[in-house]
Amino acid sequence: MGLVVLIVIWLITFVSTYFFIAKTWWLPMGASASAAGIDHHFTTTYILMGIVFVAAQVALGLFAWKYREGNSSAPARYIHGNNTLEIVWTVLTAILFIGLNLMSSSIWAAERFRPAEAGATKVEVTGMQFAWYFRYPGPDGKFGATKPELIDASAGGESAIGLDTTDPASKDDIVSGTMYVPVNREVELILRSHDVIHSFFIPNMRFKQDAVPGLAIHMHFTPIAIGDYPFTCTELCGLGHYKMNGTLKVVSQEEYDKWLAAREAEKQ
Amino acid sequence: MATREFAAHEAHVHAAPQGFIRKWVFSLDHKVIGLQYYFLALTAVFVGMFLSLLMRIHLIWPTAHLPMLGDIKPEMYVSLVTMHGTIMVFFVLTTAPQGGFGNYFLPIQIGAADMAFPVINMLSFWVTFLAYLVMLSAFFVTGGAPLHGWTGYPPLSAVPSAGPGEGPGADLWVISIALFCIGALMSALNFITTTLDMRAKGMTLMRMPLTCWAWFITAILGLLAFGVLLSAGILLLLDRNAGTSFYVPLTVFSGQVVGHRGGSPLLWQHLFWFFGHPEVYIAILPAMGLCSQLVSVFSRKPIFGYKAMVYAMLSIGLMGFMVWGHHMFMSGMNPYSAFAFSIMTMAIGVPSAIKTFNWLGTLWGGRIRFVSPMLFAIGFVSLFVTGGISGPFLAQPTLDIPLHDTAFVTAHFHLIMGVASIFGIFAATYYWFPKMFGRMMNERLARLHFWFTFVGTYCIFMPMHYAGMAGQPRRYSQFTELHYLEKLIPLNTFITFAAFVTIAAQFIFVFNLFWSMKAGKKASDNPWEATTLEWTTATPPPHDNFGGHTPVVYNGPYEYSVPGAPRDYVMQTDPATVAAH
Repeated sequence: MGLVVLIVIWLITFVSTYFFIAKTWWLPMGASASAAGIDHHFTTTYILMGIVFVAAQVALGLFAWKYREGNSSAPARYIHGNNTLEIVWTVLTAILFIGLNLMSSSIWAAERFRPAEAGATKVEVTGMQFAWYFRYPGPDGKFGATKPELIDASAGGESAIGLDTTDPASKDDIVSGTMYVPVNREVELILRSHDVIHSFFIPNMRFKQDAVPGLAIHMHFTPIAIGDYPFTCTELCGLGHYKMNGTLKVVSQEEYDKWLAAREAEKQ
Repeated sequence: MATREFAAHEAHVHAAPQGFIRKWVFSLDHKVIGLQYYFLALTAVFVGMFLSLLMRIHLIWPTAHLPMLGDIKPEMYVSLVTMHGTIMVFFVLTTAPQGGFGNYFLPIQIGAADMAFPVINMLSFWVTFLAYLVMLSAFFVTGGAPLHGWTGYPPLSAVPSAGPGEGPGADLWVISIALFCIGALMSALNFITTTLDMRAKGMTLMRMPLTCWAWFITAILGLLAFGVLLSAGILLLLDRNAGTSFYVPLTVFSGQVVGHRGGSPLLWQHLFWFFGHPEVYIAILPAMGLCSQLVSVFSRKPIFGYKAMVYAMLSIGLMGFMVWGHHMFMSGMNPYSAFAFSIMTMAIGVPSAIKTFNWLGTLWGGRIRFVSPMLFAIGFVSLFVTGGISGPFLAQPTLDIPLHDTAFVTAHFHLIMGVASIFGIFAATYYWFPKMFGRMMNERLARLHFWFTFVGTYCIFMPMHYAGMAGQPRRYSQFTELHYLEKLIPLNTFITFAAFVTIAAQFIFVFNLFWSMKAGKKASDNPWEATTLEWTTATPPPHDNFGGHTPVVYNGPYEYSVPGAPRDYVMQTDPATVAAH
């Protein structure tokens, strides 16, 4: 029986580890400035934790087999522990865990402690059951007022976020269901929701942030590769949670300006 | 002190009841109450498992038409998610290890005749039972069961127009949770008092089996955590029904402005996770204690580092209250506080690692007997390691960005909190069944059950890590709407088939359980040659546990293979002195 335990535990361990090493399934391609750092730290953590995982499982299987009861096996040792060992493995795991944490903290700080750069592309993201809307402030750089009583999700577009068209600042505001941003320029997001909590997740940008009703949460990221990237909701928001997704289009600056100008023209 | 202890002993002694109702229904006997909790959890685990099966079927055959149930609509899927989580966490993982086995064996293992407060004990079970009925009734009201997940984040859980199921179903859900908290609080008080005041002569705290330490620490966590959840639940009920705005700011649903102003959705998350994270340890600590016990018994070796085990559990308990924010890294909470929560969370991995090292240390140099309780204990260690290893990923806010609310998290907590503690429940069942029912369970069936469950569990949850890394979000009823999820469907199909097999294997367990009660081989008083007090008394134990006398304890709980001793184990009650260590 000891041998069977060893074989099964080792098999499970090696097969699982194979799929991690082969990267059969892995993080999607990173396309933001912070992705490389996050992925690098992910790999570091993965290697260290992988070693601990394999070592512990291999030892478990090995001990089960080696110390199985049999006619010829030695009597069990009468020992109650070893304080030196306890201290050694306590200190080692503490260094490993806390060390990992400190290594990654600078990435978190860069992501969340500083505000967006002055020249960042401003986009307001509004989540609602079950769609995302993106608003651009237009040439005046100012978002116009919105009013809760004007919100009509079924009408879509400007009405979905309750844009108050009598406010002069809202005259040039663009509301879109697809998110356009220029490449290699920081994007400042202002996340809002007006019903339940949603979470805005762009896997390729390594970006995730909840949109909470009553709060306007400022975040930023910098896309570094042109392309179409899916985004989706990752906070349970009701029956349509699974289909609350859309596309982020990262385009060149010229194409972005062209798109914005066309939308402005449509609006006038 | 001695006289007070004596008085407490005297106060609770009650005559054995004669009628069926007082003996089996409204019983004051901790052993009967333990069994009641256990069978409540057994029915709950099958309900929970059935719900998960429906989810797995729907995920890979979204258009399947099920007999009796018809199509699973998106709202029904999220209701299944909610009820599966709630029933499993509260009515299985909190109920069986503590209410079930803790109730039955804590008094016996410390040499007491009953719990300190038998009437409160009875009440706590019946309140829990009522909570369970209220929870199940949510399926049958207009709109059906709630769809806000077991975490019940407002505004989704606070505004009836947020979706079907958020009407009366959600009210019943909150009421059930509140009732459950009341039962759990009473039970926690009882466990703490019993452990502190009812120990037999010679049963010092440091001679208690690690199971008792685990139940004791779990009870302290319960006392501190359930009070907070109860208050949070009452505030949520007020928001839902009395027009208050604790959790709900100004919101708009279907074009209608809802009459709340200025509440904070994050307040609920703080209160909920202040309970919710200790709850993880409430579920797992009893399994840790039991696993320590079994690894020692069946390696025929003293537990490696008894004191280190106790201190590790105490520090897990203490630190468990300082890490709740790691559930909220993406919530909009102040990013600076993520630093503190992250460091504390990484630190709590240290005592967990210490426990694993000590289990391995106990196996090392032992003489291992591979009976079914030991197989489940070894399975527990393996699952605990696997589930624990993914913790440091999620504990670092940087890595939590891609992984938060994906299947990676589902994999992590199912392994460490779900299946690992279920393995604890199975191990406890196979280990204590002979004491509880006077018969042995069938060993061949038990092993079959183990191998299917152990391998099956890995086949279900290991692939979820891969799916999560690839970006598969949790709680999605279909993978057809988001393009990149389609390539993960084969992986999910594999998981669903693994779930079929694993769930089917659980019927082997149920069959074995009931068949062995009737037809199992008669058990001796100490079939495992173990040392703790429950094995010194008759099988099954008499009403007052020790048949009129109170045991006196001379030894620690894990004296196996003592050199020079006549047998390879020395009972806790053996007066023969054990070499000082």
